[in-house]
Amino acid sequence: MVADNKPLGPDSKTEAPMLEGDGQPRKVRFRIKRCEGPGKPVYWQTFLVQTEPGANVISCLQKIAEHPVTVEGERTTPVTWDSGCLEEVCGACTMVINGRVRQSCSALIDRIAPDEGDEVVLEPMQKFPVVRDLWVDRQRMFEALKKIDAWVPIDGTYSLGAGPKESPETQATRYVLSTCMSCGCCLDACPQYLKEEDPAKWDASFIGAAALSQARLFNLHETGKQGRKDRLEALMGPGGVSECGNAQNCVKVCPKHIPLTESIAAIGRAVTIHSIARWFTGK
Amino acid sequence: MSAENRVIVVGGGLAGLAAAVRVAEAGIPVDLFSLVPVKRSHSVCAQGGINACNEVARQQGYSEYQHFDETIYGGDYLADQHPVLEMANWAPKVIDLLDRMGVPFNRTSEGNRDLRLFGGSLFKRTHFAGATTGQQLLYALDEQTRRYEAEGLVRKYEFWEFLWPVTEGEGEDRRCVGIVAQDMRTMQIRPFRADAVVMATGGCGLVFGKSTNSIICNGGAAARCYKAAAWYANPEMIQVHPTAIPGADKCRLMSESARGEGGRVWVPRKKGDRRKPNEIPEGERWYFLEEKYPGYGNLVPRDIATREIFDVCVNQHMGVNGENQVYLDLTHKDPDYLTRTLGGIMEIYEKFVGDDPRKVPMKIFPAVHYSMGGLWTTFTPGSYTPETPVGEHKPGMVPPVDAQPGHGLAIGAPNNSMTNIDGLYAFGEVNFAFHGATRLGANALLSCIFDGLFCGVSVVNFVKGDRVKEAPAESLPSQVFDRFVEQEEGKVKKLLGSVQEGGEIAPEFNGYTIANELGVEMNAACTVVKTEGRLKQCIEKVRELRERYSKVVMSDSAAWSNQSLSFVRATGDMLVIAELIAKASLEREESRGSHYRLDFPERDDDRFLKTLVGEYDPASDEHKISFREIDTSLVKPRPRTYGRVDAKPQDKKKEAVAQS
Repeated sequence: MVADNKPLGPDSKTEAPMLEGDGQPRKVRFRIKRCEGPGKPVYWQTFLVQTEPGANVISCLQKIAEHPVTVEGERTTPVTWDSGCLEEVCGACTMVINGRVRQSCSALIDRIAPDEGDEVVLEPMQKFPVVRDLWVDRQRMFEALKKIDAWVPIDGTYSLGAGPKESPETQATRYVLSTCMSCGCCLDACPQYLKEEDPAKWDASFIGAAALSQARLFNLHETGKQGRKDRLEALMGPGGVSECGNAQNCVKVCPKHIPLTESIAAIGRAVTIHSIARWFTGK
Repeated sequence: MSAENRVIVVGGGLAGLAAAVRVAEAGIPVDLFSLVPVKRSHSVCAQGGINACNEVARQQGYSEYQHFDETIYGGDYLADQHPVLEMANWAPKVIDLLDRMGVPFNRTSEGNRDLRLFGGSLFKRTHFAGATTGQQLLYALDEQTRRYEAEGLVRKYEFWEFLWPVTEGEGEDRRCVGIVAQDMRTMQIRPFRADAVVMATGGCGLVFGKSTNSIICNGGAAARCYKAAAWYANPEMIQVHPTAIPGADKCRLMSESARGEGGRVWVPRKKGDRRKPNEIPEGERWYFLEEKYPGYGNLVPRDIATREIFDVCVNQHMGVNGENQVYLDLTHKDPDYLTRTLGGIMEIYEKFVGDDPRKVPMKIFPAVHYSMGGLWTTFTPGSYTPETPVGEHKPGMVPPVDAQPGHGLAIGAPNNSMTNIDGLYAFGEVNFAFHGATRLGANALLSCIFDGLFCGVSVVNFVKGDRVKEAPAESLPSQVFDRFVEQEEGKVKKLLGSVQEGGEIAPEFNGYTIANELGVEMNAACTVVKTEGRLKQCIEKVRELRERYSKVVMSDSAAWSNQSLSFVRATGDMLVIAELIAKASLEREESRGSHYRLDFPERDDDRFLKTLVGEYDPASDEHKISFREIDTSLVKPRPRTYGRVDAKPQDKKKEAVAQS
């Protein structure tokens, strides 16, 4: 486990580079934190997996599912984990790998465990309730999107002509914000974002970088701006932007390189101005 | 309409979300089922873009009609012509709507939507958001769905697995009145009532083991509908995408937009040339697509590019370093431009291969990508009825019909995109109707969203219609539902009962091993090149796997979040679809689009300009295969050569006749 104030994400500088001769089959040890369900005890199991060229954490977990036998030769149940696209655009397969939160599909074995005898340690994300083994429940992230009205309030889906024109600069800014796949890395690495299993308490607990950045995304859109006031007010009170502790872990772990700290700063400024204006005008 | 009418949508990709939004907008509550949080649906993997006629292309002689003609020609005349015409006519409106929803489409300096080239067209008619267009479109629809969810009109059932459609009545009277589904966390199985059910469950790439598809695209939902009497059409039409990076767990797509933006496909002219690609001079590179197809070059449709790459590597052994790979080269383009327009795939290549494609040509090989076939659906034709089918439409010609809605399909007709079971619809990739024998790049996103929006109205009208009014799902006795719940519980009991304590599971009866073997077999026999002998062998192999599967042994009996149960259950369904794909491939004794039979290399319109329809017979556990006429009253079939330089003279002659 890594201390809260340290960045936790994959980092090309600390990861082994690709080398000629990578992809040779070899056996790699996997130590996996397991749990059969909410309230059940946590335990560890180790597996020895025969890798193949291009192996990643997913292909190794697939092998464990086919042969769920521990290094001690004990038959066990397949490890449960969440996954989807396997090319780092859906966000499903996020977990903590060798102490760093990241997607398991893009965790190539030759890069995360380059040397003979290196071990791969898999744990579930820390800030979300475990469903089983490495599978966590991230529903809170989607609820946060509801709280900030993360949509453009269009007049229905019938044909009403084109949307607003947009400069390439604004498009570029919005595009990168819009690549957020709700993977939750930024929340898992954030010291202010706390694990909270009770949905009734989500509202007052720090909402985190992902939703703050989405609020900025919609406030930047010509039509989306119409919901700006509601979004800012949703982010003013408890659980809002002021609870960011500026650790900046979020931006370091974001697999899509979204400028999350810029978003937090932008929303922070907008909230401040909005609250002052409100104080003066009463609106 | 009574307040208790409900609609179920199964699948939360583009088609499912578009349908959910459209139905909710009409005030009818929607229950939305998905194996994953809908934001993680497979639509996120679509990269290149979405096609539509646009003002720039129009002023160069393009039209909605030309988009329609390209799609029909691209699909080698196997697509239903009426839905495709309607889709092409709506395409610009679909783009406008997505634009209004806030999709960050790439922009020109003036702030207009930027456009790029794509396969099967000589016009820029593809709109895009970087190289993650599918993700961006899905997010826009996800956001609108969330809006209705917040209002209470959409109820999401995420991490729920569709198990079976609930039907009442027999034969032509059969009607779908709900579904049975299972919560993948609590493992609870229960029925859900609905006055209409929309299947929007995507393709079946996992049948082929490693494909470009997401892990959830196993075709299980479609297979369950098929086993419950829905027809399955053109299963043999599987698209193999020419450019993917093979991996240990899947093949990762390198979008056709790489070629649309100027990417060139080549191998060294000298067999076994071991030099680094940048050291090989221009004259010693073989740009085989450009050579063979001077007009379309690297932008020939996918089935053609795939077969050419396959031929170069497998038959001629000319692949890079003697392996099954060719170069996809973008290194002549400005790196900043590439980041702006193709950033998403540049990043995927860098992350998974380790090279920067801005500096080093990518190494790629074909991989299974898309199912043109799927659940059979019907429609009501629109108002356009030419006296005789029209020949090739060339740029600049006046289209034989304008782009008004309603020419292709009757707007709001309750049977549009409905399966042979009343009230059961199939939208998006799981609907066979739009792409015939090959899908053109950047037409999938369009067909999914069009289906959801346009045919969503049909769903609403069906729900408001007499049959539902007379017997809404809510009014039916619970026995109608209970027997299907019992059936599904029985299957689960059997699977969980197979769990043995301790010891290794014999590979013959290991569900995961069976699925792996199936993937290898299907990839080898039912993809780029098919032959009678190999297909028969494949059918034997699938039979053997089904035999073994009937005695499958599970390794987990947990009553909580049992993922193996879901996987092994879906493996049984994949086996059924695989068998159907192989048998259909054997029956279609011709070559058309993606379906290439070495022993029948020509298209045979006399015998096979027909939709192949599979019907499952539960009593014998057999597939009944028949052929249905295709309505070709709008466009006259012509040879599909894409101007190949060595095309046979008689094909060129036929083409000339068809054009006149």
